[in-house]
Amino acid sequence: MRFVDEFRDADKARALAAKIAALCEPGRRYKLMEVCGGHTHTIYKHGLEDYLPEAIQLVHGPGCPVCVIPMGRVDDAIHLASQPDVIMTSFGDMMRVPGSGGSFFDANAEGTSIRMVYSPLDSLKIARQNPDKQVVFMAIGFETTAPSTAMTMLRAAREGLTNFSVFCNHVTIVPAIKAILDSPDLRLDGFIGPGHVSTVIGCRPYEFIASQYGKPVVTAGFEPLDILQSIYMLMVQLSQGRSEVENQYSRVVPWDGNQAALRAINETMELRPYFEWRGLGFISHSALKVREKYAAMDAELLFAVPGVRVADPKACQCGEVLKGVLKPWECKVFGTACTPETPIGTCMVSPEGACAAYYNFGRMNRNRVPEAQVTRA
Amino acid sequence: MCLGIPGEVIEINPEQPDLAKVDVSGVRRMINIGLLVDDPPVPGEWVLIHVGFALSKIDEREAAAAMEFLEGIGQAYEDEIAALRASLIE
Repeated sequence: MRFVDEFRDADKARALAAKIAALCEPGRRYKLMEVCGGHTHTIYKHGLEDYLPEAIQLVHGPGCPVCVIPMGRVDDAIHLASQPDVIMTSFGDMMRVPGSGGSFFDANAEGTSIRMVYSPLDSLKIARQNPDKQVVFMAIGFETTAPSTAMTMLRAAREGLTNFSVFCNHVTIVPAIKAILDSPDLRLDGFIGPGHVSTVIGCRPYEFIASQYGKPVVTAGFEPLDILQSIYMLMVQLSQGRSEVENQYSRVVPWDGNQAALRAINETMELRPYFEWRGLGFISHSALKVREKYAAMDAELLFAVPGVRVADPKACQCGEVLKGVLKPWECKVFGTACTPETPIGTCMVSPEGACAAYYNFGRMNRNRVPEAQVTRA
Repeated sequence: MCLGIPGEVIEINPEQPDLAKVDVSGVRRMINIGLLVDDPPVPGEWVLIHVGFALSKIDEREAAAAMEFLEGIGQAYEDEIAALRASLIE
């Protein structure tokens, strides 16, 4: 049981495992989705499935921003980056994501200039240092990173920088959850709500899941005990026939989110009518674009972006993995043609991707702790 | 990119009060605290940082727990700290 000793509070985890197991109704099976890729990472890293009874299955959701970028957007970004006098900047996570003709790293090997940055603010510095170049920031992420892009745009506007723009690929989590709820492929019993995204948007946006779909939601922190505690909270709701939004991570997540962050997003960006998600297809009002007021910073207006739709490779089943229909190892190319070194699909690229997390830490054989066994009187 | 990393606020930049110097595991870098304008942090307080921006204030105990967790996850955290080290926000 090598994972059991790997975190400090294994005793508390076992106690929670027993409480969770005690709440399982005989014969009933439970599917709970963790929306956020950070949670997926923790679950595999710490072998948390070993603390759950067989009746509870964790389903990995679409909350990995790198994983949901479709190939066509990677191709568009490389096209932008290869324009004369353009320097593109990107978070490191994005560099190995494959487009139809290769990744950002591959493009750089062929002479394109895509620089890794820690923060969009680092892109501003590059823009100041290179007044004769156009610096385009590849903006990706959910509501966790969108405020940073927004604040950087506001700063660029205040400084009067004219050579900084944003290729906006920000996505919003709620429409993706709704798409999954509306999908006939999957019947879920509850949601472990994302932690950091909720720091920005708060817990209110999830209320429709509880009120319209009748599923409980518990916003969770990232430590192993946080996740087990939120599974326990979901199971308590299910055993009482309740469906409410609860906040396990209230020490960080305010119920109403971060208003300054929401103001910044709202000032600089607006919802797109639709956006393509890898594996999930087109989802209405699920992504952000630069507001017209800031058109001078919208790379999609400043440059001709091909906007070609590229189908995912046939062998790749990221879509099914992102919807939670397939477990990573059930994909035909998992661990053979598709590995973190040579990813075919996005889920294998990011450490938050379900496939990479499973590849690095997962095991086929589960070694369930005794407390997680459901005992029958 | 998605990791929130805890940092202790060391000083607020007197010329640009939306910038603050923070200490993350001994790495001192400038970050933006403009998203906490409704309740700005002061030196000695802890914040959770995403891509160069403080997104929320946390207490010291939460910071310690978050740091212990991050150190346990290995490569992804090392990559994040390496990226922070290379960052030159001004």
